[in-house]
Amino acid sequence: MINSEERLPFMRFRGVTGIISALLVIASIVSLSVNKLNFGLDFTGGTLLEIGFQEPADLNRVRSSLESEGFGDAVVQNYGTQEDILIRLEPRTDVKAEELGSNILEALRAEFDKTVEMRRIEFVGPNVGDEFIEQGGLAMLTALICILLYIAMRFEWRLAVGAVAALAHDVILTLGLFSFLQLEFDLTVLAALLAVIGYSINDTVVVCDRIRETFRKFAKLTPVQTVNRALTDTLSRTLVTSITTILVLLTLFFLGGPLIHGFATALLFGVVIGTYSSIYIASTVALAFGVSREDLMPPEVEKEGADQDPLQ
Amino acid sequence: MLNKYPLWKNLLVIFVVLVAALYALPNIYGEDPAVQISADRNATIDASTMDRVRNTLNSVGIEPKSVSLENEQLLVRLNSDNEQLKARETILDSLGDNYIVALNLAPATPEWLKSLGAQPMKLGLDLRGGVHFLMEIDMDEAMSKIVDGMKDTVRAELREERIRYSAVRVDDTAVEVELRNDEAYQQAAQYLDNRYQGYVLAEDEENRILRLEMSEQKIVETRDYAVDQNITIMRNRVNELGVAEPVIQRQGSNRIVVELPGVQDTARAKEILGATATLEFRMVDTENDVRDAQNGRVPFGSELLPMRDGPQQLLKEDVILTGDHIVNAGVGYDEYNRPQVNITLDGAGGNKMSLATKDNVGKPMATVFIEYEATEERDPEGNLQFTKSAEVINVATVQSRLGSSFRITGVGANEAQNLALLLRAGALIAPIQIVEERTVGPSLGQQNIDSGTQAIFWGFVLVLAFMVVYYKKFGLVANGALATNLILIIGVMSMIPGATLTLPGMAGIVLTVGMAVDANVLIFERIREEIKAKRSPQQAIHHGYDSALSTIADANVTTLIAALILFAIGNGPIKGFAITLAIGIITSMFTAIVGTRAIVNSVWGGKRLSKLSI
Repeated sequence: MINSEERLPFMRFRGVTGIISALLVIASIVSLSVNKLNFGLDFTGGTLLEIGFQEPADLNRVRSSLESEGFGDAVVQNYGTQEDILIRLEPRTDVKAEELGSNILEALRAEFDKTVEMRRIEFVGPNVGDEFIEQGGLAMLTALICILLYIAMRFEWRLAVGAVAALAHDVILTLGLFSFLQLEFDLTVLAALLAVIGYSINDTVVVCDRIRETFRKFAKLTPVQTVNRALTDTLSRTLVTSITTILVLLTLFFLGGPLIHGFATALLFGVVIGTYSSIYIASTVALAFGVSREDLMPPEVEKEGADQDPLQ
Repeated sequence: MLNKYPLWKNLLVIFVVLVAALYALPNIYGEDPAVQISADRNATIDASTMDRVRNTLNSVGIEPKSVSLENEQLLVRLNSDNEQLKARETILDSLGDNYIVALNLAPATPEWLKSLGAQPMKLGLDLRGGVHFLMEIDMDEAMSKIVDGMKDTVRAELREERIRYSAVRVDDTAVEVELRNDEAYQQAAQYLDNRYQGYVLAEDEENRILRLEMSEQKIVETRDYAVDQNITIMRNRVNELGVAEPVIQRQGSNRIVVELPGVQDTARAKEILGATATLEFRMVDTENDVRDAQNGRVPFGSELLPMRDGPQQLLKEDVILTGDHIVNAGVGYDEYNRPQVNITLDGAGGNKMSLATKDNVGKPMATVFIEYEATEERDPEGNLQFTKSAEVINVATVQSRLGSSFRITGVGANEAQNLALLLRAGALIAPIQIVEERTVGPSLGQQNIDSGTQAIFWGFVLVLAFMVVYYKKFGLVANGALATNLILIIGVMSMIPGATLTLPGMAGIVLTVGMAVDANVLIFERIREEIKAKRSPQQAIHHGYDSALSTIADANVTTLIAALILFAIGNGPIKGFAITLAIGIITSMFTAIVGTRAIVNSVWGGKRLSKLSI
């Protein structure tokens, strides 16, 4: 993709990208605290029904029939196709929550006809929802800590901090996007976020690995030159892997059906951000902490690159 | 630099791929619509049942694909969904109530594969359609019920032993016994200490009070028992519903997961599963006046309860019998064709009933129906709070000393039906509440399968095309590895008994397809670099694989960490994603490193090359 004889001066722009990233992170945090996340049923608790009609659904008629049955608070919208609708209800106290779904279905069958098809009913008790939030947050933290420990063990703490900073950056920005656009945040999106962590760390590790190798191989380069060289050498790999991943995510987004939409959106955005952060964030942070050749020299000579001559 | 794999390594690769392919094979045979017949405890299934089923089906013009007897269950495979529904009805009519007839999809795996233990992947509820319930048990109520029962038992035992007490009462989680005199106190202390192993007996000699409390271990045992009993009862109730391959599992300390594949009538399922009713038989207090009690003077040891369709009743607090002694209950009709519920008790229940009614012939006995309804409140520990609503549903005069078999009359036909169903399924010791439900209709399940398969297919095609364009012949090698990887994932998923394919799981496969080429990209980029550095093609291949290895390992271990954490915290569908992701990472490392090397070595290895198609 690029001629690796030339070294691209990535780090020349690290001030600009640093500022942009910082601004985006701040914007995301602001959006998260102002707009909050549009938590889906998994986290808020409540009842959700997906109903299939034979012909395009008449939303107003559905609404009025639900209203007359005492479900005036129901949110009714189209879902995926013209024929499918989604009905959401907040947790309520007057009806046994687990019976709510069937009550609504009955009401609709009475109003329309027997061909009203139940496609999906979900009910989550409010406390179960709270637990999901707790578990999700915990999982995210555990993942970050475990990965930090692994990288610190395998590399060096400055690179580890850089890698985890890149991860946190990706997670915060993805969350920020979901908050800013008020996209629904449910369990599959949470799973996607963890997959983003997995993908982004994969990318970052490859870059860090090369930075370490370049430091060891070329004693004369400054840290900035070293990082530039490592980034250039891994650029085509970074791009190729991102392209193949984005290709499959696009098929998921367009063909995977509405249930997978949020998942694919989070991953698509996360992969793009993750690719950027593995180039700029991890290395910038490591440089800011003053990573140097001495930090990365092995206590004994490791196999990789040791049997090769310097390639300059 | 020859780049030749030893024979064993090539054989290993071939062997692994063949085994995986073999176990992935059952997935392409699809499933037959089937009807699964099992017997409850009053019936058996044998060769004669098989003939009967076959004849019944033939008589309505259905020719089953096969009828087989497996694990005391009959499996009837049919040719179409329509035949399946009709077959179920016909069989149900012909065999009667003692059999459970469930709709099922039976994998059409050929015999020779089955004999190797090969099975298709299990599909999650989001792909198959069905209901998932998470139920929570009210432990506090269970404990208080047990302590209550203990109080009654202690009182009866002291009476039997002729130890004079002035009071036996429940205090929080303990039973307190107050004795009349010192002699009785000594006797009681000795008796209770011997009798109640696993309990802590606190003695207060001054006030002649003995306090009997469960030990920590006993409490844990009791809680486990409450959960186990609920699971058993759920299983019975699920059998009533006629579901093939239900999952009923404990989750955490006080929750139960119930999964019912293929169930569409969720309202009925919930009614039966969620009904937390129990039954108590108690004597009516005939010595005191109901009107006095209604005016606020409820006599000690009695309780005023409402009655369904009738006036309030004054009942003795002592419970003769609770619902958990009920073995069987069914609807019958008396000589005037009025509905009645026939009840059979277990041995202990029969004895209790016999003892209690011995001196009470001619007196009225009440049946109390107790329902627990969850409130929205929780106690500080986050446990659901339940309200108990007790209602007298029937008062009948004891006609004679009752044994282990008796009947309740005077109930309406519908109520008799419902009551019998609940009684038959057993009554719950602890109230239970649905805290999460996920139901997927069959058409959505199929749609999910279709869109998942499409996404996998097109994602796969796009990546294959890209790799060939970008890496030419080496791209073909990577594509071979990618295809093999897909087979390996499906093979491993089919081999692991607990692994379930869900829609997010299919997304995980798609993602793996995109990410699995990464290892090959790393290797190929290295080879390109080495070639640019003027190494010979053979050396370039060798160094390319070698130096990319540790990078690939590091990158994949970290992704694996994320997948494992996802598996640990996720619920059903998310777990499915974590499983396919984790399996995909491991298999892709194998195919991308060992697999492609085997191909590269056999194509290019050992030859004098001037350039590489990469």
